[in-house]
Amino acid sequence: MTIAGGGASNLPQSSGGGMGGGHQSTNLGEILERVLDKGLVIAGDIQVNLLDIELLTIKVRLVIASLETAKEVGIDWWEHDPWLTGRNSDVELENRKLRERIAELESDRSVRPAVEAAETVEVEAKRQEQDDDRG
Amino acid sequence: MTADDGVWLYSITTDSIGDAQLAGVTGVAGEPVRAVASAGLVAVVGTVSLSEFGQEPLQRNLEDLDWLAATARAHDAVVAAVLRHGPTVPLRLATLYLDDDRVRLLLDERQEEFGATLRRVTGRSEWGVKAYGDAKALAQNVKEEPSATGTAGKGTAYLLRRRAELSAQQDVERRAAGHADEIHSALRGHAVDGVRRQVTDPVLTGKRAWMIFNGTYLVDNSRVDDFAALVSALDTERPGITLDLTGPWPPYSFAGIDG
Repeated sequence: MTIAGGGASNLPQSSGGGMGGGHQSTNLGEILERVLDKGLVIAGDIQVNLLDIELLTIKVRLVIASLETAKEVGIDWWEHDPWLTGRNSDVELENRKLRERIAELESDRSVRPAVEAAETVEVEAKRQEQDDDRG
Repeated sequence: MTADDGVWLYSITTDSIGDAQLAGVTGVAGEPVRAVASAGLVAVVGTVSLSEFGQEPLQRNLEDLDWLAATARAHDAVVAAVLRHGPTVPLRLATLYLDDDRVRLLLDERQEEFGATLRRVTGRSEWGVKAYGDAKALAQNVKEEPSATGTAGKGTAYLLRRRAELSAQQDVERRAAGHADEIHSALRGHAVDGVRRQVTDPVLTGKRAWMIFNGTYLVDNSRVDDFAALVSALDTERPGITLDLTGPWPPYSFAGIDG
């Protein structure tokens, strides 16, 4: 377990230093997660499209990647992110392998039951793909 | 303030907080923050230039990732500073009015709602708990399906193996979901309120770990030690699961009616 931020000994109402900058060391993502996504929403005089969640998600991800963790986590994540690339290379690869296997099996009529197994696996792969699309 | 200025709102608090408590606190534009009071409430605000924070420049600036990051940190720092002196209802980033009178009108019109929310968060703070799963450790107790026999063809063996792998993966995910439910239920019992949030991308957390749970809780300050001890216990008693505790936060997640 790790504890970030002020910790239990550093309550907001405590005197002295209290929480001043208590969670400044906290990951920027923790802050963005709250100030952008939470907090009371009041329609002020100046309106911006802050709540375009999809755009915001990209922005937040990029902020983190560009400012804090790019070196730690590697900077190639977007290349593997199905949501950003609009495809899922893993599933594509798996589907290709499965199609090859099915072709192989269909040429061998003696293993009919295995074709049913192939269908099951493909359905699962598709479901996975749909889940990924939703994510 | 001039016609070229706007008012950035940070949080709503009680009128026990005034300019004296806010001395030295600076906001998103580096401006000194101040108190706008009405109806027994105080809005903590800062005067900002519309050339940077007006609708069009603001929209543009929000696209600027460095600007967004710095602004988010500054906004949060002000809200945290207010919390040191009393209860606070944090406002979402980029809440702007054109002048102080409009802010007073807001306080007047929503006095009851703000007052109720302030009472709810008084003496309490928000704590975030995230859980990460080690898929290998979680899979250890999952029974492996018998592998395909030698009598099956090559393709059959492959498919059976793939199916077993997918099934094992589903078992691990089910276990993780079970842990997440139990963790939330336990934490919720030690908190005034709690919400589960979407698990975030590994990049957001700076970890490559698999996040299985993301919750945030409103905790009585007098019970924070208990809450932290519970998090520690949940962490210890669950192999393959690691918990992260962050806080105290201003009650961002408990500031609105919709939680």
